[in-house]
Amino acid sequence: MAIEQFDPVLAENEAVRKIQGTYKYGWHDATSYDEAPSRGLSHQVIDMISDRKNEPDWMRQNRHKALDYFYRRPMPTWGADLSEIDFESIFYYIKPTNKVSKWEDMPESIRDTWDKLGIPEAEKNFLGGVTAQYESEVVYHSTQKHLEDMGVIFTDMDSALRDHPDLVKEYFGSIIPANDNKFAALNTAVWSGGSFIWVPKGVSIEVPLQAYFRINQENMGQFERTLIICEDESWVHYVEGCSAPTYSSDSLHSAVVEIVVKDNARCRYTTIQNWSNNVYNLVTKRAVAQKNATMEWIDGNLGSKITMKYPAVILAGEGAKAEILSVAYAGTGMHLDAGAKVTHVAPNTQSTIVSKSISKDGGRAGYRGLVRIDDGATNARSTVRCDALILDEDSRSDTYPYNEIEEETGSVGHEATVSKVGDEQLFYLQSRGIDETEAMSLIVRGFIEPITKELPLEYSVELNRLIQLQMEGSIG
Amino acid sequence: MTEPLLVIENLHVSVGEGEDAKEILRGVDLKVFPGEIHAIMGPNGSGKSTLASVLMGKPGYTVTGGRILYKGEDLADLSPDERARKRIFLAFQYPTEIPGVSVVNFLRTAYNAVHSDKVLGPLEFRKYLQTKMDLLEVPNSIINRYVNAGFSGGERKRAEVLQMAVLDPDLAVLDETDTGLDIDALKEVSAGVLKVHNETRGMLVITHYQRLLNYIQPGFIHVLISGKIVRSGGKDLALDLEAKGYDQFRVELGLPEGQGAEAG
Repeated sequence: MAIEQFDPVLAENEAVRKIQGTYKYGWHDATSYDEAPSRGLSHQVIDMISDRKNEPDWMRQNRHKALDYFYRRPMPTWGADLSEIDFESIFYYIKPTNKVSKWEDMPESIRDTWDKLGIPEAEKNFLGGVTAQYESEVVYHSTQKHLEDMGVIFTDMDSALRDHPDLVKEYFGSIIPANDNKFAALNTAVWSGGSFIWVPKGVSIEVPLQAYFRINQENMGQFERTLIICEDESWVHYVEGCSAPTYSSDSLHSAVVEIVVKDNARCRYTTIQNWSNNVYNLVTKRAVAQKNATMEWIDGNLGSKITMKYPAVILAGEGAKAEILSVAYAGTGMHLDAGAKVTHVAPNTQSTIVSKSISKDGGRAGYRGLVRIDDGATNARSTVRCDALILDEDSRSDTYPYNEIEEETGSVGHEATVSKVGDEQLFYLQSRGIDETEAMSLIVRGFIEPITKELPLEYSVELNRLIQLQMEGSIG
Repeated sequence: MTEPLLVIENLHVSVGEGEDAKEILRGVDLKVFPGEIHAIMGPNGSGKSTLASVLMGKPGYTVTGGRILYKGEDLADLSPDERARKRIFLAFQYPTEIPGVSVVNFLRTAYNAVHSDKVLGPLEFRKYLQTKMDLLEVPNSIINRYVNAGFSGGERKRAEVLQMAVLDPDLAVLDETDTGLDIDALKEVSAGVLKVHNETRGMLVITHYQRLLNYIQPGFIHVLISGKIVRSGGKDLALDLEAKGYDQFRVELGLPEGQGAEAG
């Protein structure tokens, strides 16, 4: 009789392979980098990043100050459990290759990743511009010429700092200061890559601009920094997607996104987050909407090990509007603590928050939100709606809505529902010939339909497809 | 000779488990041939809806004795979707809402599941659906709405009949289709059922009231009381029953008063 020896490493690999079986973006490239990256965080690392980027001194000082904030601030003790993050094991900066503006010019192994993700194809078909970030750096960028002719600036953040230093200096950190929270401080200290968009007055960009963020290396830290400025009466729709290989140890994604929407302008920011389930996704996103401006966050969270993300809008100008729509799908081993934050500062401002969370196979998805109506924000109105769908007994959903209302004429309406996929619904669909798996995903697609209908067709199809993959993976 | 479509033999069905188990059907026998319409009539709690549910394979019902043969095959081990793919259809008494799923998408998904040998693309299906909507005079507006969400009682039942027409079953079970319908809607829905009926299809119409049968006019009527078919006959039986009421009927048959009235 053969004696089987238990090998913990093999057992772990087996477990990882199982996970990879359900996550279709879990491959990694055997890319070799020019310089061997090193792990860990220090002021020396910051100087190294700043040197490599050849940055102005103000940015270098900004980074050092932010790192001190990061060291000083305690880890958040609310939300998800972050105690296992090992900041010393993370790679804070890896430059994979030089940026190109033609896919053909990219090293083949990296280009292959983008092809598999379908980015060049999407660019050809329906995008106005694409930024593709791999590890710490944007490796591809292209904007349609007619947008450049209209004066639109769409570039990576490092190029913007070099080519548009005054704009960057004016707005960088103006919406999310370095000491806003521990992870905003970390991002400010080690940021690299991200998008910079400036839309001139009166310009409407009819096609979406897209950024895609890919982590390849195990224990990678990706810290992109995005800044969008919409001048008066302009309009832009920016979309970001992300994914990473499946590893047995964790990576960290901690972005900062700042947006200024000026008078009568409109900005829509759509995220389809599909990190593998070993990525901590701790992101700070905040916009300021000025007079009669509209800011819309559409946030799809389908992956990651832990997500803590609360897209925020400060309604600073009279008549400004905010809309925050989010979908979270938490499967095995995932905890998504997502939500929204709106501050009504000016009179006659409006906000709408719709959150849809789905949990399955022991996953935990929650909504955490804050609506604040300042004294003087007369007739401010807010409606919050959170719906949770729990697909089995092992899964969990939480709702933490907070309201702070200091203005007598302000109003906040709140509605929350928690439902389990009903036996009646399943039986009804099955009685029409639809098998249980398909019936379940039909119910889920219907549940998030209020969000998917807001997306361009390509993205709503993508969102539905990703959820379908998640659900199938967990069943098969 | 034609084979029967459905044979129910000495069927016993319970709901609940262990000590809470309660026998609802206590030995039902029934045969339906293609082209026949059978009505099952009975008071509340007689087991009518249990019979409908058990035919479709709804979880929570246990067959404790007897069997159901459909086209000669025992249905016992088949899930509801497998039964539907073998062309059994149940029109629900209370159709369930599926928010966010449009009627047209739902119907196409269902059609392609049932007719996996001739799957239709969106455009082809839309054409096919239109022929059924024209037949039943269903307004176009209904198909872009979410399944049963915010539907009136009449709309729900019309949508059930539309689903039946689209899925084209061999055996259709209509569970108290008259519930929640006013007289005009009842006429319309009944007319729809008759349009869908043909000589290859068997139908089982379950109802409390005789009024539905004025329009559908089944050839066979069975009276179900306390989980048993106590009398079968032609359409006169329905009129007789309507005139006397279930209570007097019970007395005539020497059945105990109100037995089974508390059961599902």
